[in-house]
Amino acid sequence: MTLRRIPISALIGLILTGVAIFVAAFAPFLAPYSPAETVGDVWEPASDQFWLGTDNLGRDLLSRMIYGARITIFIAAAATALSFCVGAVAGFAAAVAGGLTDQAMSRSVDLLMSIPSLIFALVVLSVLPSTVLILILVMAVLDFTRVYRLARAVAVDVNVMDYVEAARLRGERLTWIVFREILPNALSTLVAELGLRFIFMVLFLSSLSFLGLGVQPPESDWGGMVKENKDGIIFGIPAALIPAAAISVLAISVNLVADWILRRTSDLKGGRS
Amino acid sequence: MTDTLLEVRNLRIDGTVRPPGERPKDINIVEGVSLTLAPGRVMGLIGESGAGKSTVGLSTLRYGRGGLRLSGEIWLNGRNIQTISPGQLRDLRGREVTYVSQSAAASFNPSIRLMDQVIEATVLHRIMSRSEAQKRAVELFGALSLPEPESIGSRYPHQVSGGQLQRVMTAMALCPKPDLIVFDEPTTALDVTTQIDVLAAIKTAIRHTGVAALYITHDLAVVAQVSDEILVLRHGKMVEHGAVQQIIEAPREEYTRALVSAHSIPHEEQAATDNPILRLEDITASYEGKIQVLTDVTAEIHPGQTLAVVGESGSGKSTLARVVTGLLPPERGRVLFDDQPLPPALADRSLEQLRELQMIYQMADVAMNPRQTVATIIGRPLEMYFGIRGAEKRRRVIELLDQIEMGESFIDRYPAELSGGQKQRVCIARSLAAKPRMIICDEVTSALDPLVANGILKLLLNLQADEGVAYMFITHDLATVEAISDSIAVMYQGRLVRYGPKSEVLTPPFDDYTDLLLSSVPELRLGWLEGVVQNRKMESAGY
Repeated sequence: MTLRRIPISALIGLILTGVAIFVAAFAPFLAPYSPAETVGDVWEPASDQFWLGTDNLGRDLLSRMIYGARITIFIAAAATALSFCVGAVAGFAAAVAGGLTDQAMSRSVDLLMSIPSLIFALVVLSVLPSTVLILILVMAVLDFTRVYRLARAVAVDVNVMDYVEAARLRGERLTWIVFREILPNALSTLVAELGLRFIFMVLFLSSLSFLGLGVQPPESDWGGMVKENKDGIIFGIPAALIPAAAISVLAISVNLVADWILRRTSDLKGGRS
Repeated sequence: MTDTLLEVRNLRIDGTVRPPGERPKDINIVEGVSLTLAPGRVMGLIGESGAGKSTVGLSTLRYGRGGLRLSGEIWLNGRNIQTISPGQLRDLRGREVTYVSQSAAASFNPSIRLMDQVIEATVLHRIMSRSEAQKRAVELFGALSLPEPESIGSRYPHQVSGGQLQRVMTAMALCPKPDLIVFDEPTTALDVTTQIDVLAAIKTAIRHTGVAALYITHDLAVVAQVSDEILVLRHGKMVEHGAVQQIIEAPREEYTRALVSAHSIPHEEQAATDNPILRLEDITASYEGKIQVLTDVTAEIHPGQTLAVVGESGSGKSTLARVVTGLLPPERGRVLFDDQPLPPALADRSLEQLRELQMIYQMADVAMNPRQTVATIIGRPLEMYFGIRGAEKRRRVIELLDQIEMGESFIDRYPAELSGGQKQRVCIARSLAAKPRMIICDEVTSALDPLVANGILKLLLNLQADEGVAYMFITHDLATVEAISDSIAVMYQGRLVRYGPKSEVLTPPFDDYTDLLLSSVPELRLGWLEGVVQNRKMESAGY
């Protein structure tokens, strides 16, 4: 795959996503101040000293944005990874096992999906302590249902191929059929979905933090920073808009990349190989 | 009118492939093909898949599938259709030249009545009025011996059988009184017993209307019945051109000779032994307890021998294989392997039982995981059943590759990098790796070209001689059956209608169905079709 063949939209997406990941990875080296330290006045405008101004407590907004990227991307990525592993394996297993097992699993997932996820998360998180681990677990549990359904649908198609039947006749165990026969043939579709699910995770986390149930102070993700600075909007202070814009840019750029992968995998002219 | 209807001079067809991640590259599909066809003559185009038969056929409509580029001259009715305007081209298609495709089922619009589709081109080109066209269509339905020619036009495509649909499509092509019809494998997808009806109908209709035709097929015996002359194509180039008689009786080229003599495999029938390796006792099976597919099937397979299971599609052949493998537990009856009853369900069978009974599929494409290399595909049974790993496994895989006449260089390839015949060979190697005592072959050669299929059959027979493995060979192709079997089971609607050693089954007196089946297999000889049709008419008239 040469760079020349990547469409311009996907290239923009790749670069912006790359920047976000780079910033998140090297936050301590890039941030000019500590994110928790009060270094100036409340809601100072952008200046040479504070490139993006300061927040509602006088902390440097740029430093907080950089550390916020770290938290946002880490939690979203961890939750996505977890929901994918659980969802894909469960979906494949349901498709391969079939019959009652499949029915039991699929209907339970339907049940879980029928509860609005934000309300479910609010209820669970108001009871449990909002630690990062709990947050990741709750988000993964709510999201794996979508992955499960996709994985099952793809696996049902692969499962009827003669090579899977050949594996059964050979006496292969479920694990071999799931991981060696089905997974490699379902992977490209799942990878495209991975990008989309990651975006939904970012948005979900931001909503939770904005409602005060996500990442707890003094730590803060981008959604939490919108919440902290939202009162400034009344006074014409743009501090809340910067993390909001960062969320949109990340979502759009990952989406552009995911779209491109999806187009490639669903391309009839053999983008699959 | 000139005495040449169609003249193709130096036809060359190119296409562009766009492999992912590579620069697009041009490939040549057909080169240097020239042919002339007089009005009312039928030319057979024959060759294996990828020979460019259909591409040449479609070029007479100046049509290139998937953006193919045609060059050279195509003269039809005295003008070069390469140079005519799009408007003139529209007039030509469906008026002077019409097309009959391989899969009628996929070519009809399922939501429009047959009559409207049959007369569409005729009315559109203002050749006849609607009522005249309908009258002609009814005549054609009658000429093509369709049942109820008056009313069949008011049916929808799903309400007639596959063979009937193919004849309706022929009526569609004949309706505008074209000068030339291109038949693209019109009988390939049909059962032998249906094929003969369609073939006879097509032949009569061609004779009656005096239309010229290009008849594309890979089956030499079929083309010999309907055409006046034959053009043999290979890799997009002309191999040989001549009258039918000359091609089948005195072929000049090596390749044509190979085509003519395909299926001539020497095989001595072996006598049954006392200890059958597999015995089926009164097998009755159905899907979900509703549709009974097999009724009281009893048969035996002896060590190192081949039982051929024949029948048309829907006769229960493949279901029988599913019962033997345990994928479909029977309702009644037992499967005995080496005198031990096999557990009916796959899940209850031991690894050893699974190892001794292997299976080879019809479509080698989908029988191998596209994401595994040949080494993994063949090596996995070795690992599972014998615990062979690492360098030893690789050595055994290479040995197996030698056994299927392929060699070490293929070991790290993916299935997509193999040809159809090679894929089937790898599948054979995979089942051999388990050192089975019996292999079920489900239509293993029907997706392959005749010469490649021949190679596979020879390989299977050689392996049988070397390894002493028994085959249950499921097929609808009687020529294959004659070539390789020791005993034969003829199935019809889920029952065994005839079963026994090959020599007995293929010797008269026949029951009605076996007679029908045997007489329907096209023979490579002139006048065969007329003979059979004549015979059947006499029989049905009560002589």
